[in-house]
Amino acid sequence: MIEIQELYKYYGDRRAIGPLSVEIGKGEIIGLLGLNGAGKTTTLRILACDLVPTSGTVKVGGSDVVADPDAVRARVGYLPDRPPLYDDMSVTEYLSFAAKLRRVAKADVAKRVADAVELTELGEVRSQIIGTLSHGFRQRVGIAQAIVHRPEFVVLDEPISGLDPVQIVEMRELVRALRGDHTVIVSSHILTELSETCDRLLVIEQGRIAWSGTEQELFTKFGRGMQLTVTVRGGSEQQVAALVKAVKGVVDAELTTPSEPGDGIVTVRIGSSQDVRDAVCRELVKADLQVLELVRRHGLEDMVLKLLGGEEIERRRGRRKLEPEGGPPSKHESAGEPS
Amino acid sequence: MSRVLLIARRELFAYLRSPLGTVILAAALLVDGIYFYALGLSEKLVSADVLREFFYGASGSTMIASLFLSMRLFAEERQTGTLVLLNTSPIKDWEIVAGKFLSAFAVIGALTLLTAYMPALIFVNGKVSIGHILVGYAGLLLLASAAIAIGIFGSALARSQVVAIIISAVILVSFLALWKVARAADPPLNRFLSALALHHDNFRPFMLGRLEFGRVAYYVAMTYFFLLASTKVLEARRWR
Repeated sequence: MIEIQELYKYYGDRRAIGPLSVEIGKGEIIGLLGLNGAGKTTTLRILACDLVPTSGTVKVGGSDVVADPDAVRARVGYLPDRPPLYDDMSVTEYLSFAAKLRRVAKADVAKRVADAVELTELGEVRSQIIGTLSHGFRQRVGIAQAIVHRPEFVVLDEPISGLDPVQIVEMRELVRALRGDHTVIVSSHILTELSETCDRLLVIEQGRIAWSGTEQELFTKFGRGMQLTVTVRGGSEQQVAALVKAVKGVVDAELTTPSEPGDGIVTVRIGSSQDVRDAVCRELVKADLQVLELVRRHGLEDMVLKLLGGEEIERRRGRRKLEPEGGPPSKHESAGEPS
Repeated sequence: MSRVLLIARRELFAYLRSPLGTVILAAALLVDGIYFYALGLSEKLVSADVLREFFYGASGSTMIASLFLSMRLFAEERQTGTLVLLNTSPIKDWEIVAGKFLSAFAVIGALTLLTAYMPALIFVNGKVSIGHILVGYAGLLLLASAAIAIGIFGSALARSQVVAIIISAVILVSFLALWKVARAADPPLNRFLSALALHHDNFRPFMLGRLEFGRVAYYVAMTYFFLLASTKVLEARRWR
């Protein structure tokens, strides 16, 4: 179990975190969600004993990160946003080194490395030099080093950063595979990724927990209404849009690029104030149209923006308005020199 | 201790796999060889003087090699982000520092061993005592350990290896130049500064084959001080 009480971290005069209090139970997969600079990485670094908090207490499995950091380190596996890999070592050499650093008994090292390689599906590159691996495999090696000593807690900072769509799906499966044996904390600003993987979300804003709960709870509280995408065949764009707009509860209907190729295929994005899925289907079928697909879009991003109260967004937008078109001024411009 | 050796093995491995270790060893050996060859050809020096001058020349190349070997030890880890692995493992900061020191010292030990043929040549063709050779080498290793510790300290302070070696070189040269400053100072400050100088008064006895406890203690203390300072730098970074 992780207990964080009144945690503060200052960098000079700037408050990065605080006050932050939260408890994380055994076996949970927690998603730490927040905008860039919200304090996610600082929180995770404190949990991994890479940073010391300014004040407050952080206990991991009953051990305090300041009073007994080595006990915490032995229980935590940490993947920073940039995997800490030695490019001159092979995958197995590196994992053996990481296991020995984490006090794995000499007799168990080979077995632990083999287990980590199997779980992270690194078998085909196990003898390869890390410097020659692709980004996706490097992320996997990063996760493998975080779990090679079978820690109770696994802390993953932006594990899907820079991965392609296939690698993202693989990484999601990998994180899910950690469920049960480990308590996992994953940070990301890609909201849908966390909703796919995590049991509970912690939304962090300006160093504080702005909200905590399951995706369903988040949806219930902030996600009134529904976002749908419907694809039909056999009608004109105008006809489909008119039919959908006529359904009670539909607030907005917007034609969009068809979700699949073919003649007479129309896709409409629908915003509604209530669950209108059955009503929309019924209307379309009554008009003798073929409903090919109806997908409920998770408007998690929108919900989190609502949750954050829009203050941070407005602050950022305000900052952008002050900047000239095409981004912030260049050094030459800001120095008053002709460009 | 096992984790100190684990870190030391990892760093030795890095020296062997990268061209850095080989290039530094080769360059130092080349400089030592040329210097010794020039001395050996000189007819004005007797065997003991050749040996003394050899240790004098070797001390310079050893100090420079020590700085170049140690500049990467922390700066590179910080640059590539691998220091996080060490920082978040259940290992003490002093164990990390000691492991890295041991690896660089082992490479310098190899360098020293590879120069052994030069005094051996004097031994074969001239008349020098084995004790003189052994004491001279002990001095070289002690001087190297102090230079490595200074290099590690510079590396712990910097993110870039270039900055690291500049910091280390400034510290090293400052300690080398203290004997010169001592000449301009009044007693008792001059004796204090002279005793602190990295080379002059402290290394000369080793060059002459005299083993003095005070000089040994000086180099051990210098090594300890800079390794301790490096450990404190690592600790302080967690609190920033």
